[in-house]
Amino acid sequence: MEIDLQDIRKYFGSVKANDGINMQLKGGHIYGLLGENGAGKSTLMKILSGYQPPDSGQILLDESPSKFDSPAQALKSGIGMLYQEPLDFPPFKIIDNYLLGKDNRLRLDYKTVEAELMEFSSRYNFNLDVQAFIDSLSLGERQQLELVRLLAGGAQVLILDEPTTGISAEQKELLFDSIRILAHEEGKTIILVSHKLDEVQELCDHAFVLRKGKLVGEINIPCSNESLVEMMFGQIPERSDRSPQIKDKAMLKIHDLTISTYRMQIESINLEIKSGEVFGLAGLEGSGQELLMQTIAGLIKPAKGKIFLDGVDMTGWSYHRVRDELTAYVPAGRLEAGLVSGLSITEHVVLAEPEHAFFVDWKASREDSEKRIVEYQIVGTPGTMADELSGGNQQRLLFALLNNPLKLVMLEHPTRGLDVQSTNYIWEKLYSRRNDGTAILFMSADLDEIIERSDRIAVFSGGIMSRVVDAKSTNVDELGHLIGGRE
Amino acid sequence: MSARRLFTYAWPAVPIIAALLFTAALLVIFDASPLESLVAIFQGAFGDQSKTLSVMAFWVPLTLCSIGLLITFTAGLWNIGIEGQIIMGSIAASWVALKIDAPDPLQVPLELIMAMLAGAFWGALSAVLKTRGKVHEIFSGLALNNLAIILTNYLISGPWQPPEGGTFRGTQPFADAALLPRFADSRFSPISLAITLVAIGMVYVTLRGTFWGLKLKSLGKNPFSSFLLGVASERETILAMMFCGALAGLGGSIRVLSWFDSLRQSISGGIGFLALLVVMLANYRILYVPFITFFFSAILNGSITLQLRTQLHSSIGGILTGVMVLFVLLFGDSRIFKFFKKEDINERT
Repeated sequence: MEIDLQDIRKYFGSVKANDGINMQLKGGHIYGLLGENGAGKSTLMKILSGYQPPDSGQILLDESPSKFDSPAQALKSGIGMLYQEPLDFPPFKIIDNYLLGKDNRLRLDYKTVEAELMEFSSRYNFNLDVQAFIDSLSLGERQQLELVRLLAGGAQVLILDEPTTGISAEQKELLFDSIRILAHEEGKTIILVSHKLDEVQELCDHAFVLRKGKLVGEINIPCSNESLVEMMFGQIPERSDRSPQIKDKAMLKIHDLTISTYRMQIESINLEIKSGEVFGLAGLEGSGQELLMQTIAGLIKPAKGKIFLDGVDMTGWSYHRVRDELTAYVPAGRLEAGLVSGLSITEHVVLAEPEHAFFVDWKASREDSEKRIVEYQIVGTPGTMADELSGGNQQRLLFALLNNPLKLVMLEHPTRGLDVQSTNYIWEKLYSRRNDGTAILFMSADLDEIIERSDRIAVFSGGIMSRVVDAKSTNVDELGHLIGGRE
Repeated sequence: MSARRLFTYAWPAVPIIAALLFTAALLVIFDASPLESLVAIFQGAFGDQSKTLSVMAFWVPLTLCSIGLLITFTAGLWNIGIEGQIIMGSIAASWVALKIDAPDPLQVPLELIMAMLAGAFWGALSAVLKTRGKVHEIFSGLALNNLAIILTNYLISGPWQPPEGGTFRGTQPFADAALLPRFADSRFSPISLAITLVAIGMVYVTLRGTFWGLKLKSLGKNPFSSFLLGVASERETILAMMFCGALAGLGGSIRVLSWFDSLRQSISGGIGFLALLVVMLANYRILYVPFITFFFSAILNGSITLQLRTQLHSSIGGILTGVMVLFVLLFGDSRIFKFFKKEDINERT
């Protein structure tokens, strides 16, 4: 099926998630859709799969304009989406799941349906036991079931959202083989949404790259990883000259650290960050950099290795204990992780203070908040609720909550959603902490920011940390190489 | 602006009026006059001194439980186990009353303190099951409620049965010195009123003025962000449940020491569940609580007279309160406030 997306626009408040996207996709091809978090991939795919309507623009399917009010309607028109988390009912059997939403008669026709299910699964070499319960299946098997369900529903276009996250290498191979059959033999249109350049290189024929809500490029595959990286991140301006304030004292030392989560294994990280240093972690979303940071912060227990802060072994300490040692962790989640909806700025300030009396001195706290509001240029009053602030002001509030002094600050996407001026301002504030010897460790999806702000940089790719590079002498080519996972 | 403000303040009255209308319609269907019934309920509640005192005596433990629940609700906990905490409090108070013969000025305080400890312990069980065992407090609460009921039944039919033989109805009456001093032959004890007023003040200050109260509020709204901001969720969860359990246990002891004079079957009379409804109606606003509990207490006590006068069952009072809560949840202010918020934004831009 041919798809023609014409000038698709979707705004959320002042955020232009999709800002006039035009795209043509043909049957029989596998397309990669690339872009960093917030580039607008999910929004575009949700529009195409009927999950949400666009504000303006048109979707043409085989040259006829189409409009969907729901994913079910989109599937009727031939568009199916495979979500990261399969939409199934764990307490049910495979066959019941398959029947759900498919057969709406009173009496269920198990026999025919079972035959149909078997036929589909053998065509793509899936090994599905129709009587098995969903909760006994692996994520990969649940994905296969979902795929079969979409195909049986008549999908001619399949959107796969990060389909390889959390599945085994074998299942990934099986999935890729079936995708190739679907596209190249059966003429279906496949869209692979992914962060992983290697997978896009391996599977796709053509890639579209989105950045800040716009289609910034398309390219036939195979191509070099660097050209993809350059499209994803754009031209990187020259790094401005700035005097480092690195002191001759190791603030954070990581020795042979192994992190093991159900999604990813990160082996033997060795790293030393000096007092007053700004260290940037680059890499595509979910490559392991946030796991390293969360492990240092005490949110994840390391499987092996040691972490020293200012000479003290703090391996395996709880988050609160690490925090009491004058560290701060600023997550990217804002209202999900970091701020509390329904609490005022003052209440946040009181909570974040290191020392607490039994009774809260509200008057003094309000005055303190007032000061921080001025200092961090937050548009709000001490009584303003965190959820009433705009995104940028929420970000500024997170910084206003940082205490003084600190030995180590860990930041996830510190300036996401801020304008240039606020970004500069926040970084000036952070730089001023270097005089006290604060070490700054941050990750960002923005290569500009990584190169501009760091003293040194390490790149994560698929759970592996690259060698450490000097920010002054590196360039996009080198980082692109590393992001793609090649030395 | 002023019209909207008026509307905002008057809003809580809307579900109450709706519930009254609904109950009135129900009465009409059963061929009773709504007005007459209302008068009967009112006279049943406030017709003479003893009736008014009875309303007050019911109000005391109900209010104690409700303000206790304010603490757990603020922390985001569904303390369904409050019934069990009330019962454990009444059992502990009964144990002291029956088995311990303390010198006079200490007897009753000892009963009250033991009741608070027992209630706090029962609450802590629920909390630890949640933080350590990942059992939701609703389920552990229900289980612990049943355990407490079974324990009561065992005690009154077994070891604590009256000497004349077990009737499965209650223990023998406690000695006068073991009971709370009651006012004018009623079930109402002025001391319990004083305790309740102090407790209301304490909970008010805790929620408004203490750092612990702020931590609970934060925990209830976003546990993960609170954790990141330094709130120790396990400790605060256990403390909140114990705080509520202690107040519920105190309420339970007042049930045995002033409303009754012995440990009875279904000693709580369902005030724990009723308190849950009160708190939903009050929606975190502590200053509403004493009034709502008073209203509930009056309706429920007045309904007894309604039954005597008309042929209607006294459960009509329960229906009225239940329906009222349903209406509150139905008209839940969230929707209406959202509506106004939209207007706000339009005004600003």
